[in-house]
Amino acid sequence: MRMTADAAAGLARAGFSRRAFLRGSGALVVGFTLGDVAGPLGSTSLAGAQTPPDRRTQLDSWIAIAADGTVTAYTGKCELGQGLYTAQMQLVAEELSVPLARVRLVQCDTGVTPDEGTTSGAQSHPANFRNENLALAGATAREALVRLASARLGVPADQLVASDGRVAMRTDRSRSVGYGELVGGKRFDLPLDPEAKRKPHGEWTVLGTPVARVDIPSLVTARVQYVHNMRVPGMVHGAVVRPPTIGAALAGVDESSVSGMPGFIKVVTRKNFVGVVAQKPWQALQIAAKLKTTWTPGPALPDQRRYYDYLRTRPTQDTIWVDSGDVDAKLAGAATVLKSTYYHPYQMHASLGSSCAVADVQGRTTTVWAATQNVYGLRGNLARVLDVTPGDVHVVFTRGSGCYGINGVDAVSFDAALLSQAVGKPVRVQLTRRDEMAWENYGVPFVIDQRVGLDAQGTIIAWDYESWTATRGGRIGNANTGNIVTGVLLGYQPPAFAPSAAKPTDQPFNDSNHAPAYVTGCVGGMCDGKGTIAGERAIARRTESEFFTGPLRAPNQLQNTFAHESFMDEIAAHAKADPVAYRLRHLREQRLIDVVAAAAKAARWEPRPAPRAGNRRTGIASGRGFASVAMEAGIYTNGWIAMAVDVEVNQDTGVVIVKRLFMAHDSGPISNPNGLRNQLEGAALQGMSRALSEEVTWDAQKITSVDWRSYPIPSLGTEMPVIETVLIDRPGENATGAGETASAPIGAAIGNAIFDATGVRLRQIPFTPARVKEALAARRT
Amino acid sequence: MSAITLKVNGRAHTVDVDPATPLLFVLSDDLEQRGPKFGCGLGQCGACTVIANGRAIRSCTTTVQTVAGAEITTLDGLGTPEKPHPLQQAFIDEQAAQCGFCLSGVILTAKAFLDQNPKATEREIRQALAGVLCRCFTHTRMLRAINTYAQQGRNA
Ligand code: FES
Ligand code: FES
Repeated sequence: MRMTADAAAGLARAGFSRRAFLRGSGALVVGFTLGDVAGPLGSTSLAGAQTPPDRRTQLDSWIAIAADGTVTAYTGKCELGQGLYTAQMQLVAEELSVPLARVRLVQCDTGVTPDEGTTSGAQSHPANFRNENLALAGATAREALVRLASARLGVPADQLVASDGRVAMRTDRSRSVGYGELVGGKRFDLPLDPEAKRKPHGEWTVLGTPVARVDIPSLVTARVQYVHNMRVPGMVHGAVVRPPTIGAALAGVDESSVSGMPGFIKVVTRKNFVGVVAQKPWQALQIAAKLKTTWTPGPALPDQRRYYDYLRTRPTQDTIWVDSGDVDAKLAGAATVLKSTYYHPYQMHASLGSSCAVADVQGRTTTVWAATQNVYGLRGNLARVLDVTPGDVHVVFTRGSGCYGINGVDAVSFDAALLSQAVGKPVRVQLTRRDEMAWENYGVPFVIDQRVGLDAQGTIIAWDYESWTATRGGRIGNANTGNIVTGVLLGYQPPAFAPSAAKPTDQPFNDSNHAPAYVTGCVGGMCDGKGTIAGERAIARRTESEFFTGPLRAPNQLQNTFAHESFMDEIAAHAKADPVAYRLRHLREQRLIDVVAAAAKAARWEPRPAPRAGNRRTGIASGRGFASVAMEAGIYTNGWIAMAVDVEVNQDTGVVIVKRLFMAHDSGPISNPNGLRNQLEGAALQGMSRALSEEVTWDAQKITSVDWRSYPIPSLGTEMPVIETVLIDRPGENATGAGETASAPIGAAIGNAIFDATGVRLRQIPFTPARVKEALAARRT
Repeated sequence: MSAITLKVNGRAHTVDVDPATPLLFVLSDDLEQRGPKFGCGLGQCGACTVIANGRAIRSCTTTVQTVAGAEITTLDGLGTPEKPHPLQQAFIDEQAAQCGFCLSGVILTAKAFLDQNPKATEREIRQALAGVLCRCFTHTRMLRAINTYAQQGRNA
C-alpha cells in the first residue's frame, strides 16, 4: 500500500504513524481514499483489520472484509507488467463470490503483505492459484462466511450459498446476510484451512475469463505512479559513479572537482561505492559525470573471441542430473553416433527504464520504494547495508519497468538507501543506461556438447549431454548482499566458488531442463522424464563468471532448450524423418505430446524431412521450424509449450524474418486467457529478440554492450510474426507458470527453420545477419 | 538558471532552470508529468517522447530552451482514464501493454505521425515506429491498436 505525503501527514496529525496505523488495532476498520491515487494499482481505499504480516498460515494475513463488504486481499506476488494484479483480483473475486469491483488488492509491502518470497520464475500462478496461499485464503474465507451466516440465519450451512458478496439460503434468497454484516471490520481469527474447497472450475464466472487488466486505462493515460515518478517531500536526487572497469578499486575521489556545481549537496563514498547527491536529477547526473575519481584496474578479462573455449578450461562445480550408467556402451554399439556443440552468450534483462528507487532513511527508520521482486529479501539486505535491523526497514513495492528477472532494482535500492543515510533526506536514484547495462546480473552463457546414438531404424537409444556455464552472485535472498554490484562495492562478496567433481544430483530430476524431454529420466528408481530414451546422461559443469549473473526469463531452461531442440532437429534430418513425427516417436508424456500435436495442427504442418527440397541458394529462402519444451522447475513441470515458425532468410544480407508463429500452450487451468496470450506473445518475441540479436560484449577490461546501439533489440519498426496461439485449458490440473515458457523454445524453432530454408545449421546464438551470412558462405554448393 | 515558460497540455508553466537541462527532467521532475520517462537518456528508445508543435520529439535529448513557447503534449495530456483519446482507447481495447514503460514512445510517435499522415499504410506506420522500443515485446498488440485507430481515422 502506498500512501502519499498528504495522506501520511493527515494521519500524523491525527496521531498515527503510518506503520502503526497499518499494523492497526485489530477491530477497527477504517476506509479512506488517498488523495493522489496512482491508478488502480496505487489506489487503495484501505479497509483492513490488519494482522501480523508474517503469519502466512493465518487467514487475516490474506483477507480483510470491511463493514461495507469491500474485500481487501494482501498478496506477496507483485505486478511486474505480467498482468498478475488483475488475475489475483479475479481469483479473490471468484473464491469469495464477490464482484470484481468490490475487491481491493494490496501487493508486496513489508509489514503489510504476507512474505511470499520472490515474484519470479513463473512461480506466481503456481503459488497463488493452487490450493494454498491466496487461493486457499479465499476458499477458507468463503467457508468461514457461510458458517457465520449459518449461525446468524439459523440455517444449516449446506443449505446456504455465497454469491455477490452475500450468503443466502438456496431455496429462499430473501433470507441472506452480507459479508460486511458478518465480519465487517473484525478478524476471522482462523488459520488457512487446507481442507477448504476451492470453487469448482465449472462454477467460475470471473476467474478463467478474459477480464481486462484493471491497470491498462491508467497506464495508457500516464496516471500510474511508477517509482520513477515518486516524489516525497524534501526529496533530493542521487547518482552513482560505478568503477570504469570490472574489478577496479577506488584509489581517490576529488570532491573539489564538483563541489561548486549547481545543486551540489554531497559526495558519498564507502569502500568502492561512490555516489553524489544534488537538488535535481539532471544536476546529480552532471555532477556524477564530472566527479574526478581514480581507480586501480582489476584483472584483465578473458578474450571474448575465445570465450567458449576458455569456459571449458575453467575449474568446475559439477552436477550429474541423470546417468543410466550405460551411455558409453550404448554409444559404442550404436549404428550411428551424431554429435553437436551449441553456444549461448551472456544476455541481459535490459529493462526499458533504467532502474530507480527512492529511499528515506531518518535515523534508523528507513522506507524504500522500489520495483523489487522481493520486498522482504530487500529489507533484510538493506538492514545489513545500513546497519539497522530489518524491523527498522519498510520496503514498499512500487511499480517499475518490466524486469524479466533480476535487473538493477535491488542494486539501485542499496544506492538510494546509502545516499539517503548520508544526507538524512529522501533520495531518489535512477541509474544511467550504461550503469544499468554494464553492471546488472546477466543471463548465463552456455557451451553444450551433445551426442546421441541411433539404432539401425534411426531411433535414439542414448543421449549424452555435457555443458559448461558460468555464474557469479544472483538474487540477494535475505542476506546475500554480495550477489549484486552495490553489495560488492561495499565489500560484501558472493558465496565463494568451490570447484567440485561430478556427483549425482540430490535435487529432483532435471531442474532447468538439463536433460532433454526425450529421455526416461530415471533417478533413484523414479522415472520423471517425458520420453522413451533409456540411455541417458546429463552432466552440467558450473564455472565462476567474471560478471554478475542471475535469473533471466527461463534461466538455463532457455539455453538448454535451444541445444536440445536444435539437436533433435539435426537428428531428425539425419534420419530423414519429419521433425514433429520424430519428436513424437520419442515422447511418452501426454501433455507434452498434446501441445506438440496442437501446435502442428495450428500450423497445418505437413510431414516431410528438412531441409525443404528445391530452395534457391540466393535471395529469399523460406522454411519452417518446430520446437517444444516442458519447463522443468524443481519438483514440478511448470508449463508445456510447442511452437512452429515460418521464417524468411535473406541469403544475400543474412537477415532472418519470422513471418508466422503458431504456439500451443498448457499451464493448467487458465486464469485469464487474454492475459495469458499477452504473456505468451511477449515472451516469444522477447525470446526471438534474444535469438536473433542479443549478446553481452566486453573488451579486455569492461562491458561494451552498454546501450541500445551496442545491445540492439528489434524496435516497433521491425516486422513481427503473425501469431496464432492455442490455449489448452486443464481444469482438473494444478496451475503452472506461463511467463517464461514461450521464451525457451523459440531460438531452436527459428534455427530449425533457417536449416529448413537453407540447409545450414546455426549452433550459436544470436543469429545475427553477419553470422548467418558467414554460415551460408561456408555452405557446400 | 533562467525563467523559461513551457506550454504543457494547454497550460503555461514558468520554471527556473538551467536552459541546457533536457526537457525530460523539467517535465518529469519540475512539472511532475508521469508520461515521459527516462529510459536511456540517449535518444535511443523513445520512452521520453512528447509531442511539440505537432512533432514527436525525444525530450531526453532536447534542451528545454529550444522548446520554450512550443505547444507540448505529454501522454498525461492526451486523454484521461475516464475519457481516453481514441488512440489510447484502441490500446485499452487491444490490451496492448505489459509494464507500460514504453507507452509515451509508442502512442505519441504514432499519434504525431498519423496526424501528419492520416492515410498511412500499415507498413508506413511501422516504419514511423522504427527506433521506438518495447522491451516487453508487446509489438503485435500495439501495432494492431495503432492500425485500428488509423482505420477509424480513414473511415471518419
Ligand atoms: S529516454 Fe529518450 S530516447 Fe530513451
Ligand atoms: S510494455 Fe514494457 S516496455 Fe513496453
